[in-house]
Amino acid sequence: MSDTVFRTEDVTKVYQTGDVKVFALAGVDLELYAGEMAVLLGPSGSGKSTLLNILGGLDHATSGRVWFRETDLTDMSDRDLTRYRRDYVGFVFQFYNLVPSLSARENVQLVTDVSPNPMPAEDALAQVGLADRMDHFPSEMSGGEQQRVAIARAIAKRPEILLCDEPTGALDSTTGVQVLEVLQDINERFGTTTVIITHNAEIQRMAHRVIQFQDGKISSVAINDTRLAPAEIVW
Amino acid sequence: MQALDRKLLRDFARLWRQALAIAMVLACGVAILLMALGTYKSLSDTRETYYERNRFADVFSAVKRAPNYLAAELAAIDGVWAVETRTSGSAILDVPGSNVSISGQILSLPVEGLPRLNVPIVTTGRTPDPASTDEVMVNANFAIANDLVIGDHFFANLNGQKRQLTITGTAQSPEFIYTIGPGALMPDNATFGILWMPKPAVDAAFDMTGAFNDVTLKLSSGALEANVIDAVDQLLDPYGSLGAYGRDLQVSDAFIDSEIKQQRNMASVLPPIFFGISAFLVSMVMGRIIALERSQIGLLKAVGYSNLEICLHYLMLAALIAVVGIGIGWGAGTWLARSMSTQYAQYFDFPFLIFSTSAWVYAVSAMAALLATMAGAIQAAIKAARLAPAIAMLPPAPPQFKRALIDRAMAAMRLSQPTIMILRALIRWPLRSGLTLLGIALAVSTIVSPSFFQPSLNKIIDSAFYESNRQDAMLVLSHDMTQIVLETAADLPAVLQTEGQQFHAVILRNGNHEKRTQIQASHPATDLSRVMDNDGHQVAVPPGGVVLTDRLAAHLNVGIGDTVDARFLGGRQETHPLIVTNTIAQYFGIGAYMDLDYVNGLLRQSPRISTINVSLDDTQVLDLHDRLKDVPNLAGIVMMSDTRQSFAETIAENIGIINTIYIIIAVLITVGVTYNGARIQLSERSRELASLRILGFTRGEVSYILIGETMLLAVLAQPLGWWIGTLIAAGMFNSFSSDLYNLPLVFEPAVYAKASFVVLLASFASVMIVRRSLDKQNLVSVMKVRE
Repeated sequence: MSDTVFRTEDVTKVYQTGDVKVFALAGVDLELYAGEMAVLLGPSGSGKSTLLNILGGLDHATSGRVWFRETDLTDMSDRDLTRYRRDYVGFVFQFYNLVPSLSARENVQLVTDVSPNPMPAEDALAQVGLADRMDHFPSEMSGGEQQRVAIARAIAKRPEILLCDEPTGALDSTTGVQVLEVLQDINERFGTTTVIITHNAEIQRMAHRVIQFQDGKISSVAINDTRLAPAEIVW
Repeated sequence: MQALDRKLLRDFARLWRQALAIAMVLACGVAILLMALGTYKSLSDTRETYYERNRFADVFSAVKRAPNYLAAELAAIDGVWAVETRTSGSAILDVPGSNVSISGQILSLPVEGLPRLNVPIVTTGRTPDPASTDEVMVNANFAIANDLVIGDHFFANLNGQKRQLTITGTAQSPEFIYTIGPGALMPDNATFGILWMPKPAVDAAFDMTGAFNDVTLKLSSGALEANVIDAVDQLLDPYGSLGAYGRDLQVSDAFIDSEIKQQRNMASVLPPIFFGISAFLVSMVMGRIIALERSQIGLLKAVGYSNLEICLHYLMLAALIAVVGIGIGWGAGTWLARSMSTQYAQYFDFPFLIFSTSAWVYAVSAMAALLATMAGAIQAAIKAARLAPAIAMLPPAPPQFKRALIDRAMAAMRLSQPTIMILRALIRWPLRSGLTLLGIALAVSTIVSPSFFQPSLNKIIDSAFYESNRQDAMLVLSHDMTQIVLETAADLPAVLQTEGQQFHAVILRNGNHEKRTQIQASHPATDLSRVMDNDGHQVAVPPGGVVLTDRLAAHLNVGIGDTVDARFLGGRQETHPLIVTNTIAQYFGIGAYMDLDYVNGLLRQSPRISTINVSLDDTQVLDLHDRLKDVPNLAGIVMMSDTRQSFAETIAENIGIINTIYIIIAVLITVGVTYNGARIQLSERSRELASLRILGFTRGEVSYILIGETMLLAVLAQPLGWWIGTLIAAGMFNSFSSDLYNLPLVFEPAVYAKASFVVLLASFASVMIVRRSLDKQNLVSVMKVRE
């Protein structure tokens, strides 16, 4: 695969808390390709989320370089990163991060209001199977539904990349599978590059590639020859 | 509408109680600013316009009897633009239907019609016919108070001649916006009136033909008032001048001026306090909202909202609070300003009131309120904008607690864990605790400071009326008379005891220090009107010198044993050196006291008096009033008991209103501070408190933590509030102190107790409202929510 979306070069991230220096990332070289679904696996604190944040323009690397296509994200200003996120990146978080005072539709509109070429909020919600729950507030929805709203919100801007941090982490296995099905569907129909962070080793079986993290470094990269459909995954 | 705006409105709707609590405090500031600024502007504009339109004079002087030709010389004084000479006199009136004695001030009108200066506005009817001797125009309020209309008759004792007068019209005058009778403490239109009559008639009655005894002058712009006053005095002195003075000593103007100044002070002192408290409350609440919405802020940033958009989003939330506060404040302020103007209508006689709560006053108050809330919100909003998105979505690190000396102290005291939690929280956020405490203390001081008025005024009334002036009435003579009149007075019905007193206008000088005042001369053995000091001791006034109030002595920079030069006005204008034999502390006036015989000797005159003090038999007072209407040479009667009573009643009524308003304000501040404080505490601690409940703490024990923190601060705030309140009262009393009086600070424990009771009760009620939501808390769901 030659169409590279992300490229990182010896990326490190150091957190300083008091006198203690923590190496969240200790030199990561990675390429992610257009349209692929990549799963980042690894124990807590192995650096997955940190990398995802840096790729998504939420954080800066301490050293090393990061490219999104031809654009160097490394030294981008705060303002440019905001624009980058607004135009290209969709996020899905473990705890959904919906605004409780806004309905499902309005949570999606939060994104469509500021993106250059969004799909209607209703379409995005229909994509995730929530056409009939659009006017419900987060507190009136199950965890799976809330996460699907979060995905609808992420895809409504037609992002090139979808970054998902433990999207099923707070869900039981049945609802988790439903969410994974939506993610795979988006990936296949829109060709959106999808990166999924997970603790759950089972989920790796639906990915094109599996990138394993250990102590802030990539310990292995594996290509799945045969992928499983989400419905076949059990945990 | 954008989704973010919808979030804004829903957040606001959810926070409405807290928002309202802040908005109410803000509204107080807006309302007071609007009222004080509006009233200030309205009063000063009205006065200025009225004075200009009706050519209110700049310099005034009374004289015994000056020939008319002096008018031309007065007009020739450098800087004088116009001169109006006239005859002024006083008279006892007999108004049908009224059984009390009424006094009137008579002013002459020029033959040509209306005077050039102090032009009266004829409100109904017409001016008297210049050729008539029995036509009169009266001030409109006097006519209203006595049910008099055009064509009605009443009697006036003009210089010993009782004459029937017919009303041809009513008028208002810039000289008498605040009309106060001789010896009175407050305006009373029913017992004091202004009478305008043609000059020939007045001259004939008061033996002033070819002469005048009163002059007013208007200066050209740029003229120096002091120079003109000197020149006028020089011209009039040989004719018994009582000394020229400027507007500052013109009674009506002086009263309006002090009211205008008071409003200006109020506009500049009170609103900033409210705006400050509002800013603090906004910052406290916004800080908490942003802490609670950390992950939402992270999300907004993650999806591409810019720092500016986020900052504005939170500023808008504060702006909504401001909008509510401004709305309420405008409503309340407009109402307050209206009721102020009704009150002014009662005391001040303006022909019109330029009530310009103009757009700019509204704009200024709104801007000030908006700025205050923005100042409170900006820090939190910037913090929200600066939150790094990756960090924002992580739960915040638990607040840092460190073991300190205080912990060891707490351990040594074997305090319970809940108590330790309360104390740690107070120590952990010292700024917040301190500001909350200050807010509550300000609420206490809001009640304490105005509460000083009542006891202080009681003290003054006590001293002035019950210790010094014990007479039931004062009969003011139209000119000094020999002491034989005392015997005539003793024969009047109801009169039990008579004592004479002499008042003398003087200018006291020591080097370049100079003060115009009045010398009160009496016999040493007087019993009705005594010279008393503040401690309630009668002070002897020995012959051979003068006793000064300490305010006057300080003004003249003299002490006991020093000499002052006293220029006795109105007669031969003699100047005599007087030895200061004593100085005394008094609340009222800048009096100077002398022995009556000593004064008579000094001025080489027969024993004479200007006022008769009498004590009365209450049962025959109506007979006395009836008789006084026919007594010649009487300028006025001051019924001291009526004065006492109406003064005390008016004061009590006004102070009652003021105290109620300040209690309401204090409650609003207390609720604003404690309700928000407790809400924030509950939101910060909901997990903690739910955990305690799960561990087996009872509702009461858990509430103790919530209530304890606020109430501890409230209790600690009390002494500070008392102190600030006393300080403010001392400052206010100091600024109110004038030549006329100074207010003593009288400490009454009840004042502090009342303030503390109100504030503690309001704090407790606010916390209890918040406690109710603690009771409703679903333990399981609270624990499930991610921080």
